Amino acid sequence: MKTALRRILSESARLDVPPDTLADDADLYAAGLSSLATVHLMLAIEDEFGIEIPDRMLTRRLFSSIDSLAAAVTELQQAKAAV
Amino acid sequence: MNAPLMQDAALAAGETQGAPLAAIEPAASWRAAAQRAMEVAAQHADSVDREARFPTEAFDVLRRERLLSAMVPQRFGGAGLSLADVATICETLAHGCASTAMVYAMHQIQVASIEEHGSGTPWHEALLERLVSEQLLFASATSEETIGGAMRTSACAVEVEGERFRIEKLAPTISYGAQADAILVTARRNAEAAASDQVMIVTLREQTTLEKRGMWDSMGMRGTCSEGFRLIANGDATQILPTPFSEIADQTMLPVSHTLWSAVWTGVASDAVNRAKAFFRAQARAKPGSVPPAGMRLAQATGLLQMMQARLAVALDAARTAHNAKHGANQADLPLSALLGFASDMNTLKTSISSTALQVVQEVLMIVGMAGYKNGTDYSVGRHLRDLYSAPLMINNDRIAQNTASLLLAQRPAAPGGV
Repeated sequence: MKTALRRILSESARLDVPPDTLADDADLYAAGLSSLATVHLMLAIEDEFGIEIPDRMLTRRLFSSIDSLAAAVTELQQAKAAV
Repeated sequence: MNAPLMQDAALAAGETQGAPLAAIEPAASWRAAAQRAMEVAAQHADSVDREARFPTEAFDVLRRERLLSAMVPQRFGGAGLSLADVATICETLAHGCASTAMVYAMHQIQVASIEEHGSGTPWHEALLERLVSEQLLFASATSEETIGGAMRTSACAVEVEGERFRIEKLAPTISYGAQADAILVTARRNAEAAASDQVMIVTLREQTTLEKRGMWDSMGMRGTCSEGFRLIANGDATQILPTPFSEIADQTMLPVSHTLWSAVWTGVASDAVNRAKAFFRAQARAKPGSVPPAGMRLAQATGLLQMMQARLAVALDAARTAHNAKHGANQADLPLSALLGFASDMNTLKTSISSTALQVVQEVLMIVGMAGYKNGTDYSVGRHLRDLYSAPLMINNDRIAQNTASLLLAQRPAAPGGV
């Protein structure tokens, strides 16, 4: 999943550094993630994993690292499978 | 609320002729002061426009009335006025001279940036105190040659050696740069930093060399003197604001500039509508018993102006709410939809007020006809129109609309039962 997230980051997030060089817990805002880019990142993640991120989960913290994105995707995928 | 105004009145008492009035009626002191500045601005508006010169007379009054420090918190000696109050001052000034009002608005944007992101660092706090005692004028250098108006990226980088910094920037426009006492300059954090990894540096006039590179011979807003410069400055490294520029831009510069600019444009449109009303009354007097044909247009223009005023009031409320939320909660856990929603709200404020203002003044021109087309009559609106043509261009409305559209993608339907 994190490989897919890195690919999405490189396609949608327009970071200052290549996402391959980022640690899983690296601060994405410090790497140049803008608030506008989070929108495109969010849409790309929703498309890739077939999920819709609900309003309650949309905070700056969600987009703060690859770890937090992966945790959110896992949570939403599990919630979807349980229905 | 009363305390800063009383203090304001007391400060003014020692220095200005208008002070006795202000002392009797403290609640209205800054409004009356803005009115006095507007009257002087109006007297010189045509000459400022014709000669494309800085509105010196109006700024002498603004300094004397201590309005340059209106937004500085009381703890630094300022009047501590709210953003809404400062917007009222901008709107009032724009009734007399759009260039004066726009320079005043731009100055307050810089003051807000220093206040919100420099409070806590001694150098910037001392500067706010100096702003109060010396009534300094602050400008900004955010655009850059080869980068253009995309202020969220820089080519130049600040060089820090030990405790000193040096910056050199080719700025295609620094509005009233030659008149400013301090300039807020954006630059990359260091020579290795990415284009978007920016900081904001406050440079003082005595530390800064400005080499003029471009003229400001423009269609309107001719008194803002937005000339091009090569800026070179040296100073103490503590003059660099500690907050990354991306945050200063998102949290302060963007919302404050869009609300204050909108107040200026609303004021320009409102002065034009007043001219149309005066013209309409004169027409009606000449033919008692009949309503002149321009009546429908006047009703239309007045309705549009009221929509602008209401939109601005909504935005000022939203700005206050966002400001309070920011100070009350952990930034990381704030709902992103609220942050993005606020950003798109500020964007649509700017695009709609800027285009509606032009629409209103075009209606006014149809109402007053040749008397408005000619310069130098009581009903002239040529300057109003030319000044307002800058409004959709100051951060191009097309670029903002594209940005708004992206922000709208993040908006999710409200939860059931929600609003």
